[in-house]
Amino acid sequence: MGSLQLKSIRKAYGGHEVLKGIDLEVKDGEFVIFVGPSGCGKSTLLRTIAGLEDATSGSVQIDGVEVGHVAPAKRGIAMVFQSYALYPHLTVKDNMGLGLKQAGVPRTEIDEKVGKAAGMLSLEPYLARRPAELSGGQRQRVAIGRAIVREPKLFLFDEPLSNLDAALRVNTRLEIARLHRSLRATMIYVTHDQVEAMTLADKIVVLNGGRIEQVGSPMELYNRPANLFVAGFIGSPQMNFIDGDRFGDGTAKTVGIRPEHIGLSRDGGDWKAKVIHVEHLGADTIVYLESDEVGPLTVRLFGEHRYAADEVVHATPVIGGMHRFDADGQVISSGH
Amino acid sequence: MSKARTSIVRTGAVHFALIAYTLVALFPVFLTIANSFKSRNAIFREPLAIPTPESFSLIGYETVLKQGDFIGYFQNSVVVTVVSIALVLLFGAMAAFALSEYRFRGNTLMGLYLALGIMIPIRLGTVAILQGMVATNLVNTLTALILVYTAQGLPLAVFILSEFMRTVSDDLKNAGRIDGLSEYAIFFRLVLPLIRPAMATVAVFTMIPIWNDLWFPLILAPAETTKTVTLGSQIFIGQFVTNWNAVLSALSLAIFPVLVLYVIFSRQLIRGITAGAVK
Repeated sequence: MGSLQLKSIRKAYGGHEVLKGIDLEVKDGEFVIFVGPSGCGKSTLLRTIAGLEDATSGSVQIDGVEVGHVAPAKRGIAMVFQSYALYPHLTVKDNMGLGLKQAGVPRTEIDEKVGKAAGMLSLEPYLARRPAELSGGQRQRVAIGRAIVREPKLFLFDEPLSNLDAALRVNTRLEIARLHRSLRATMIYVTHDQVEAMTLADKIVVLNGGRIEQVGSPMELYNRPANLFVAGFIGSPQMNFIDGDRFGDGTAKTVGIRPEHIGLSRDGGDWKAKVIHVEHLGADTIVYLESDEVGPLTVRLFGEHRYAADEVVHATPVIGGMHRFDADGQVISSGH
Repeated sequence: MSKARTSIVRTGAVHFALIAYTLVALFPVFLTIANSFKSRNAIFREPLAIPTPESFSLIGYETVLKQGDFIGYFQNSVVVTVVSIALVLLFGAMAAFALSEYRFRGNTLMGLYLALGIMIPIRLGTVAILQGMVATNLVNTLTALILVYTAQGLPLAVFILSEFMRTVSDDLKNAGRIDGLSEYAIFFRLVLPLIRPAMATVAVFTMIPIWNDLWFPLILAPAETTKTVTLGSQIFIGQFVTNWNAVLSALSLAIFPVLVLYVIFSRQLIRGITAGAVK
């Protein structure tokens, strides 16, 4: 159990509106990720769901029950914070058990649940330690364990991996994915990292300036972005945007092509271009081009390719890799 | 490492300055304690000398302990100081928490109002305070002193503690809210332990003026049963004759509890328990 309905949520601080009417439905067991640039309101939205902030207007329903005036502890949610937010004076075990203790759950039951969660996260050896004696990754696992122990209807994650280094981030990401599969719980996750969003989510919600730009599965967003913002935000390196006029296209204001949907050749192709810079990443080679016909282009080639700066090459878009957008930035067609 | 930073001249100069300051700060204390163990003649003949077998005398301490109820004065001072510090810390921290944690209309104004007392000395209100105490029948009680000292210590406490409370991570407080802790539990169990160093600082700043105060004990509680140490030692200072042995002995004794309290609080100043809480 754990569905969530948001209806026209608005949040304003003074005169400044941070959330401008958010409608969203999350089904039981879904892994939903809010993604967007800094200041887009994704964290505020998560805090509103948690009850840490009150919405200025609109309704939040968890499992069909209006929770607008329910205290955070009574909403059946658990939250994992970016800064871990562990209680410094409590041991790992007490950190994980505090919520249940406050709810009046008997000691033996708490021990059992904490033990189970610690087992899932391989935290058993650290149960008697204090947060200060743990590494960053271990602390974040304790924070996740604290959420699991509460057996919430909704898991809320607020950029949980941002404070971890790259290697740990991948491990913890896998751990969260595994957890979602084994618990079958509804999870809502905020991040600004689109790789996390693409790899974890069942459904991604792209936010910008307090509004939802698009909701969809990772592949839907990648293959059929609804507008310029989503097209530019999802995918790395960023999609190439070419002026429709330069392209000789009558209907589209802008044409987008992903860097991986452009082929390069020394012999001949659609657009003649000069190599500006080449980045070798091992598995990929990123080539930055400047073309007289269509302007700057980024091309992503798989495997190793030798191109030198100032070399003249020919770029050709892959058939089916073009996205056309109208003057308002809304998509006209994708994949033609 | 650059040479300039390790240069002997530089470290020497820093150490010289620090040692010089230490000597200046400790000299009066040394003088008081050393002379309190000397006979009256020795104090005047060689004020800077340390007590020798010939000049050694406990006459000052004997006078102090015989004359008046010095143990009682001590108790009064300790009670007033400890209770006042406790109240200042409790109410100061509560006000600071409200100011730093909750957004409400007039928050900044309230903060300024509470901090105003830092700039206005409470002694300006002595007459009104005395009238109030007379009206409420609190003259010659320790309660009168405790109330005044609590009021006197609060502005600085609110000011310092609210600054520190702003630094306590919001995530931690929110985690507590999600775990079902009440606002009081968040305040007492999460926030207060994290700002213990600031509390110790406030305690030290609050304690010393209270312990040393002569003004309010003299005005509000001059009765024999409510005299504090500072007021009690005044009986040895006369208009024409001052019993220096007794004054110095009384002062030496009065330094001791302050020192003990300071040691207790300064341990807190050093301890950093926030490590590992956040980030």
